[in-house]
Amino acid sequence: MEIKLTLNGKPVTASINADTLLIDFVRARGCWSVKRGCETANCGLCTVLLDGMPVLSCSVLAARAAGRHVQTLEGLQDEAADFVGFIADQGAEQCGFCNPGYVINTVALLRENPSPTDDEIRAYLAGNLCRCSGYEGQLRGIRAYLNSRKGRAHE
Amino acid sequence: MSESKLRVVGQPVRKKDAMQLLLGKPAYVDDLTPHDCLVVKVLRSPHAHALIDEISTDTALKVPGIECIFTYKDVPQKRFTLAGQTYPEPSPYDRLILDRRVRYMGDAVAIVAGESEKAVEKALKLIKVKYQLLEPVLDFHAAKDNPVLVHPEDNWRALCPVGADNQRNLCASGSCGDGDVDAVLADCDAVIDRVYHTKACQQAMMETFRTYTEMDTYGRLHVVSSTQIVFHARRIIANALDIPKSRVHVEKPRIGGGFGAKQTIVAEIYPAFVTWKTGKPAKMIYTREECQVAGSPRHEMEIRVRVGASRDGVIRAIDVYTLSNTGAFGEHGPTTVGLSGHKSIPLYTGNLEAFRFAYDVVYTNVQAAGAYRGYGATQGIFAVETAVSELAAQLRIDPVAIRERNMVREGQIMAAYYNEPASACALDRCMARCKELFGWAEKYPVRDMGGGKVRTAGVAMAMQGSGISGVDVGSATVKLSDEGFYNLMIGAADMGTGCDTILAQMAAECLDCDIGDIAVFGADSDASPYDSGSYASSTTYVTGKAVEKACAQLRENICAIAAGMLSCRPDELAFAGRTVRRLDGAGEVTLFDIATRSMCGNATAVQATASHSSPVSPPPFMVGMVEIELDRETGQVDIIDYVAVVDCGTPVNPALARAQAEGGIVQGIGMAMFENVTYEPTGRIVENSFMQYKIPTRLDMGRLRVEFEASYEQSGPFGAKSIGEIVINTPSPAIAGAVAHATGVWHRELPITPEKVLWGIKNRQK
Repeated sequence: MEIKLTLNGKPVTASINADTLLIDFVRARGCWSVKRGCETANCGLCTVLLDGMPVLSCSVLAARAAGRHVQTLEGLQDEAADFVGFIADQGAEQCGFCNPGYVINTVALLRENPSPTDDEIRAYLAGNLCRCSGYEGQLRGIRAYLNSRKGRAHE
Repeated sequence: MSESKLRVVGQPVRKKDAMQLLLGKPAYVDDLTPHDCLVVKVLRSPHAHALIDEISTDTALKVPGIECIFTYKDVPQKRFTLAGQTYPEPSPYDRLILDRRVRYMGDAVAIVAGESEKAVEKALKLIKVKYQLLEPVLDFHAAKDNPVLVHPEDNWRALCPVGADNQRNLCASGSCGDGDVDAVLADCDAVIDRVYHTKACQQAMMETFRTYTEMDTYGRLHVVSSTQIVFHARRIIANALDIPKSRVHVEKPRIGGGFGAKQTIVAEIYPAFVTWKTGKPAKMIYTREECQVAGSPRHEMEIRVRVGASRDGVIRAIDVYTLSNTGAFGEHGPTTVGLSGHKSIPLYTGNLEAFRFAYDVVYTNVQAAGAYRGYGATQGIFAVETAVSELAAQLRIDPVAIRERNMVREGQIMAAYYNEPASACALDRCMARCKELFGWAEKYPVRDMGGGKVRTAGVAMAMQGSGISGVDVGSATVKLSDEGFYNLMIGAADMGTGCDTILAQMAAECLDCDIGDIAVFGADSDASPYDSGSYASSTTYVTGKAVEKACAQLRENICAIAAGMLSCRPDELAFAGRTVRRLDGAGEVTLFDIATRSMCGNATAVQATASHSSPVSPPPFMVGMVEIELDRETGQVDIIDYVAVVDCGTPVNPALARAQAEGGIVQGIGMAMFENVTYEPTGRIVENSFMQYKIPTRLDMGRLRVEFEASYEQSGPFGAKSIGEIVINTPSPAIAGAVAHATGVWHRELPITPEKVLWGIKNRQK
């Protein structure tokens, strides 16, 4: 079947099998940031934005994205670069394999709720597993970013 | 070099690859290697123990796009081990790439390679196998001397004297001791005698096992793999394929987590064999299910501990017997078990008069175990630390006080740790600081929160090693390059831990330059200097020292070139980082100019390689304290607060050391509370996905606080010891203690789930 969609701002027309998963579709188009960590929609590594909403691309058919806007971390570099340095300062990227998923989910969180509490951050990112960091450094990084933004706003 | 003068070591600098990783740049095997290659998958045994009577691949080969299918008839008949260890490996040579005998549910039966995943999946279903079913050995208690043998084959062999005997299902056995443990125990006022049980937990690194292979221009097998051990991988792949070592080249890109899983060559041999046979590029990506059922998890252990003490809590004797389940193959079996005694008993060196440590490691028909962070110490420390807490409870002594009374102190000789000295040991300071930070006095033993909920506290101590003494080799090459920047080449593998960065910090310290002036490369079996690899908590301590040595040597070479430029002897010069100057003040040259000169009419190498190995393995030490809230009505246990104080010598990068500690503690919490591996009566693993195998999320942990109490290890680089493994060891015994303080029930089998807690409370009420 043929589908048309927007991938990171660019129109894409493609012929796909009906059972093609969105994760395989975007990776085949060079979006290597999208990672598969399980096959059961449990890890959150494959998170992408579909019309701005975070979805697990391992559990969405590419066909479902027809006519819609798909964004991967490749298309959200500036928005991510704004805060990920604060996570780097904590050393909380560690192996990095889970990073694209929770970074993209953090983008979604901050769009939805620009001033989340720690508990709101934990709840929003609960579906993003990380085996290295113990999560605390990620939280400290996001918190440091929010504090710095507050500081900037007051200037 | 004294601590106060350090500029780069001791700073929380960003990991060199941090921003690339956080922004999702391609960095891992499946991002960087070609995709128009053969897809490799393995047909897995549906039986725990069987012989293949017939196997037919004719129909499967007719699937369009299938390149080849291999069975046990096609592979070399020399046995090998997949364990990434220094040769001769302690792990027995008990494997073939494919064997006529399948030894667990998930064991490899056939290798299929084809153009697409779909074609390969289809072909897998069309391979016809007739099995002769054999009785499996599923109960590891009954494995030793069982009439059913897991490895009856004649060409099984153990290269090292580890007490292995395949005719007895023994992968290893042994014992050691000091003093008359039975006599001392008989003389003790109180003796605790308990049995503890830990499970075959999965590392669950986010990136599954994966390997890409191709033939290079020189007709050599080029392997790009997510591995902690490029050099061992080269040897093991050559052994498995029965080809010369010179024909194999292994490199690793970024690794999406290892935790020891990738210290075993789990996936590599399958695509390697396909490429070697077909000449075509191939790739194998393990599914999560394969990781869960055919990976290299922690050794399941049952540990009997006897601790004897005087009435007032002086621990006089410890007797440990470990039964370890290595599963179908012996990877890391003979070595992990050693740590269950050697890294638990020495914590109580303080007043210890005698100890004994004995063990058996048995083969069974379940998934083969491997290396997992903590490597046996985790299991042993759960057992010994819980036993000590049980002893404290029996003697009505505060569990912190009994530890303060008996813990190992700096300068003591640890009889149970190969008679090595506790040369740098801040365990006492860790305990004091942890107690204060945590508020032990307020939180222990029990606070009633109302509504059936209580809050209680638990404590545990831990130690590990820093590399394998007398075995591990770390190496580094440092090279001066254009305009005065440096290349640092290593064979250790950064698996997210940050070793590229901390080794660069050490190099920058030694070469008196900025960390940005050090470009790190690794690891590649052709290009890197030899390194055992990243395991056994060795990289900072062993490879770090090699970096120090290489830098010292390079400085001499740089001064030799500068001497020519300044018309003096090298010993009349001082290396000052960006310049080299004459001690008499009569001139200086810049590093920029020396680098330029080194590439024009120069015969002095501006590159130095150094290796290091240590005769000792100085243990890091730590204390962990946990506060839980336990619901007596439901058995639910929530972690409220976890405080850890760690002595890793000098923390080379406090931010990364902290991340290691936090990550390890949360893994340990998972092991203690919900990560379980159970088997159906057939031997099938129930927890074969993240649906059933639950690792901690960010909602499963409370407040987590980590501090460091530095000691200074003279034999380590800048006083450093290790951090990577020790941090997983305290949660299980600390949580078991806290649950017991809340319920009066000691849970001696992990994980301690709400169901078990509730049953424990109910049974106690009966």
